[in-house]
Amino acid sequence: MKNTISDKAIICKNLTKRFGDFKAVDQITFDVDRGEIFGFLGANGAGKTTAMRILCGLSHPTSGEANVAGFDVYKQREKIKANIGYMSQKFSLYENLTVLENIEFYGGVYGLSRSEIRTRSEKLIATLGLTNEAKKLVGELPLGWKQKLAFSVAIFHRPKIVFLDEPTGGVDPVTRRQFWDLIYEAAADGITVFVTTHYMDEAEYCNRISVMVDGRVEALDSPRNLKKEFNTHSMDEVFYQLARKAKRS
Amino acid sequence: MKQLLAFIRKEFYHVFRDKRTLLILFGLPIAQIVLFGFALSSEVKNIGIAVLDNAHDATSEQIVDRIKTSSYFLFKDPVLNLTEIDEKFKEGSIKCALLFPANFGNELGRSGKAQVQIITDASDPNTATIVVNYLTAILANYQQQLNPTARLPYEIIPQVRQLYNEEQNGSLNFIPGVIALIFMIVCTTLTSVSIVREKELGTMEILLVSPFKPVMVLVAKAVPYLVLSVVNLIIILLLSVFLLHVQIKGSLILIFAESILFIITCLSLGLLISNQTNSQQTAMLMSMMGMMLPTLILTGFMFPLENMPWIFQAISHILPSRYYYIIIKAVMLKGLGFSYVWKETLILLAMALFLLAVALKNFKIRLS
Repeated sequence: MKNTISDKAIICKNLTKRFGDFKAVDQITFDVDRGEIFGFLGANGAGKTTAMRILCGLSHPTSGEANVAGFDVYKQREKIKANIGYMSQKFSLYENLTVLENIEFYGGVYGLSRSEIRTRSEKLIATLGLTNEAKKLVGELPLGWKQKLAFSVAIFHRPKIVFLDEPTGGVDPVTRRQFWDLIYEAAADGITVFVTTHYMDEAEYCNRISVMVDGRVEALDSPRNLKKEFNTHSMDEVFYQLARKAKRS
Repeated sequence: MKQLLAFIRKEFYHVFRDKRTLLILFGLPIAQIVLFGFALSSEVKNIGIAVLDNAHDATSEQIVDRIKTSSYFLFKDPVLNLTEIDEKFKEGSIKCALLFPANFGNELGRSGKAQVQIITDASDPNTATIVVNYLTAILANYQQQLNPTARLPYEIIPQVRQLYNEEQNGSLNFIPGVIALIFMIVCTTLTSVSIVREKELGTMEILLVSPFKPVMVLVAKAVPYLVLSVVNLIIILLLSVFLLHVQIKGSLILIFAESILFIITCLSLGLLISNQTNSQQTAMLMSMMGMMLPTLILTGFMFPLENMPWIFQAISHILPSRYYYIIIKAVMLKGLGFSYVWKETLILLAMALFLLAVALKNFKIRLS
């Protein structure tokens, strides 16, 4: 058992969250390997966000077990928080702070030392090609850049897992593609990526995906195997066949 | 601690880069002090007056001279008849008129009694009363000079002293009120708006996912505004002393200590409001309508509380600003010490603790 925990970034067993009679998350069971890019799909209202909030330590589950980065979601929420990164669908940097100030702020919030922040931010700004923009307000950057910066900031403290909640909403396909390059780089560095999306082309980029319907995980496999299973060539069709079964929406 | 400092630095960036916040923070106190100190003085000066002198004798002219030399009145061109006076009242160019009958001086000399008519514009009753008082005082003064040797059989001479404000400086009691108002705006409104802004932007979520303690988010939000409020207090006190020539009679340390207590009360109110709402506009409205308006009206610095219907008086008892106003007035203007304001301080302290506890409890509930 100890062994499996160290191989897995996330383990969920019968994880359930009720709001009164409503089962937002209904006994979901899955696990995510370390360094994997895991797509978490589902129609609006299927329970994705609630499940993700539990895994991030923002919400208590009603029953079931979950282990994130080796820590228990009931008892070790603070440890989980220190070991994960998070990027939401809303743009999450401060527009009236400069690029550098944003990086310094989030670095500071995660308790990095000043010298660590300095060396890492220099490297990050160079990698992103933002050397000339480092002292500019984030509000002046184009959206694509902001998005990439937000992702880089989310993994600035080198978390074990990064949660991305619809990270590419409202971004054009070219930028989306570049954004995914960053995700691949992060995964290559050993960061586990847990991503929700509505774009099926993005689902294809994932190692494995799960599809939630009415609070349950209805399908979980690699995109290729899922397409085979549902006898189709597109993820769109797989998703449609599953989501159609939903009774609540 | 390092995390908290990083956060507080960020808050200061926000404040100093937002022109609107800066304007509210530093423009408002200066504007209010100047407004209340000069424009909204309760003293009545430069009263437009018209004199219809049908007598044109030595006595009437002496009286008119006296009125002219007082700084309170502003003479309008000589008026020839009653219709013109009527006209000027309608125009609003005069607030009062003085009418001498044709044989004013003669009558006074002959019978020892003469009448003079004072007409005032009583659409503003307060001003009208003050004008009548000024004029009767001038007349009485003149009358006494006419009979320097005459002695009344009985005489009661009131010796009036206007305590704490001997020069009748009208702007005095506004200052504690303005300070209370500024703290309400800076601490309650700005704090709640800045927290709600993080919710709107979605950055609050990121902060909650970080290992940064949620309660520390509140602390980090509160500290900058506490510091800025103290800076504001210094600005207001300096303006009061050097611009309005108000003497600060009590202990400065006590003023600052009581102010910090009130600031904490206002901050807790701000936190409470920010827990209740998710939009900046709502937060703004709630703090403006729910907190500032009652402060303005029911604290006692603009309208005397004693004359209000009981229901308003009752409401005023639950306003923190009421107690703060009493305390600061006592310490700053009367020079009283802590032993005179401990009761109000205790009430304020209880309110601060209560509001803070409710705000923190609410904040925790929202998280799970």
